[in-house]
Amino acid sequence: MSIGAKDLCTEEFFYGHKACAGCGGSLAVRNALKVLGKNAVAVLPAGCMSAVGFNFPQLCFGNNAIISTFAGTASMLTGIEAGFRARGIENFTAVGFAGDGGTADIGIQALSGAIDRNDNIIYICYDNEAYMNTGIQKSGLTPFGAKTTTTPAGKNIRGNIRPKKNMFEIAAAHDIPYAATATVGYMNDFLNKVKKASEIKGTKYIHVIAPCPTGWGIPVSDTVEAAKEIADCGLWYLAEYENGEFTLNHDPKEFTDVAAYLKKQGRFRHLTDEDISIIIKSRDEKWKKIRNEWQG
Amino acid sequence: MAKKFLSGDEAFAEGIRLAKPDVISAYPITPQTIVVERLSEMVEDGSLKSEFIHVESEHSALSCAMGASAAGVRAFTATSSQGLLYMAECLTYASGGRFPIVMMNANRATALPWNIYGDQRDSLSLLDSGWIQAYAENAQESLDLALMSYYIAENEKVSTPFMVNLDGFIVTHTYEEVDVPEVSLAEKYLPPYQTKNKLDLDEPKNMAFSAGPDHNYIFKFKEHRAMLDAVPVIDQAEKKFAEIFGRKYTGLIETYLTEDADHVIITLGSIAGLCRETADKLRAEGKKVGVIRIRYMRPFPVKELAEALKNVKSAAVLEKDISFGNEGTVYTNVNSALFRNGMLIPVYNFIGGLGGRNISPGDIENIFETIENGTSEKVNFIGIEVNPQ
Repeated sequence: MSIGAKDLCTEEFFYGHKACAGCGGSLAVRNALKVLGKNAVAVLPAGCMSAVGFNFPQLCFGNNAIISTFAGTASMLTGIEAGFRARGIENFTAVGFAGDGGTADIGIQALSGAIDRNDNIIYICYDNEAYMNTGIQKSGLTPFGAKTTTTPAGKNIRGNIRPKKNMFEIAAAHDIPYAATATVGYMNDFLNKVKKASEIKGTKYIHVIAPCPTGWGIPVSDTVEAAKEIADCGLWYLAEYENGEFTLNHDPKEFTDVAAYLKKQGRFRHLTDEDISIIIKSRDEKWKKIRNEWQG
Repeated sequence: MAKKFLSGDEAFAEGIRLAKPDVISAYPITPQTIVVERLSEMVEDGSLKSEFIHVESEHSALSCAMGASAAGVRAFTATSSQGLLYMAECLTYASGGRFPIVMMNANRATALPWNIYGDQRDSLSLLDSGWIQAYAENAQESLDLALMSYYIAENEKVSTPFMVNLDGFIVTHTYEEVDVPEVSLAEKYLPPYQTKNKLDLDEPKNMAFSAGPDHNYIFKFKEHRAMLDAVPVIDQAEKKFAEIFGRKYTGLIETYLTEDADHVIITLGSIAGLCRETADKLRAEGKKVGVIRIRYMRPFPVKELAEALKNVKSAAVLEKDISFGNEGTVYTNVNSALFRNGMLIPVYNFIGGLGGRNISPGDIENIFETIENGTSEKVNFIGIEVNPQ
């Protein structure tokens, strides 16, 4: 049964934190916890969400929550899940919320280990496409062309020269029971995927795009809009991997304008027409592959 | 009690079987590997009912153990050398979180150059990580420490992780006759782990949080106090151990013929046996020599060493460690303890056994002779001439 905004509980579990206005990551965490409920046991590594949520004595989580080491989101989830089971507790959900750097870079080994063991956990990567907590440095999930404080856009190099790692397909390549992509721009889709993940045994991985206005160079009021547009223009796709099969959840007949999406954001403003055509070409190649291999 | 012929690693695994951790997370590394092999066999044959988690690294081994401990259950892991260093970030994390995890460390040299043999540079380089550190001399003590470590670490006032160190190969791989206690006696000794420091569905908590400058300082002070509070608990743990199992231990240090000794070697781990044998030989020749084995490097035996050395004329610290650019770390700690107690006897440092290099009976005799006669060099390397300045 699908869930919508009306089905969300009024109880707050991630509330009173000090995240920036317009923070996409906090939106993802807050709403995912409303789906999972009070028996969610959350693990958050060093990063934005732990930095804004756990400042003793101001601790904001209403459910059980703990900060892990930066690299240790998945391994700590494993220990918690095993520990609760050892105590004979069954009605809980071990869930991790890690950023893109914490997932695709420093935490990928522990995540791979957890998927390999098929530990009964949900791992949610909130992807704001750079190390935002330390002040916008390039991560393995920073897209091609993006300007960060470690990939400056200058005369010689125009921002980040490498494309995003594909964490969704990396997770799927482990033959994980469930993996999905999402964006906070399509909240219903994301929350239904969280709900679905909570009902599947074994390791679940959800990769949700969560814009950071500060890092992306957009107004704080545009978080949701940017998170919609990234999917609408085809630079992100909504998909699932289950029972060994990929499913494309949404196959737009026509993409919205990539240049329009990029030019609204400070991090892409330096891109040339040539850069944008590279981005469009790689988008089209990816979609061709997806449509050929995942459909029909 | 059953007598078995076991290596140190195997004896430790037997101790862990008796301690019944709920979660074991481990990654193989020589010379620790046998411990996790035996434990996985015990889980397989049903003699140990633990969740055995095959983590993909040492960092995850300790991170996973912290998750289990935060969930309120007893956790165990084991490592050595590079593995210990790889998980080093998690060491301060576990102590700061006050997670009473027990970890066995097989003392081994640290790269480079690569070397799998025993020295104590791995654990001694992490003395400041907030873990209780004990050093076993033999297989029996290894088994016994596996049980006692949980008793001490899990004490409510202590609530501090515990690292038990076994000399690589010399203790981990040497077979000895070991008394393996009955399960029923072990149950009598070690109560199930209970704590309020856990995630709880009825009483949700935010754990492992941030604390700014003011609070952080207080948390660190409390961590220090907890470690000091471990001293009487170690005594308690050993008294109860003697009552139930009949084997006695002597707290933070073990002294041998020190009461009337003029010259004493202070050391730790398996080399203590050779020191005692040499002391016996020299005693027969009329030399008043003795040996102190440090059993705990943290909490450090500040008072105990001062008391044991109060009538001594000179002492040597023999250790398999060097803090480059200074001296052996054990030596630094011993000197500090004596100085704090107003004692200014000459103490010499003898560094040897690095990368598993042999320390011979002749080397020990030389040390006794050198400290009896005195020497211009305070820091000496066994078998290497240090040019006088």
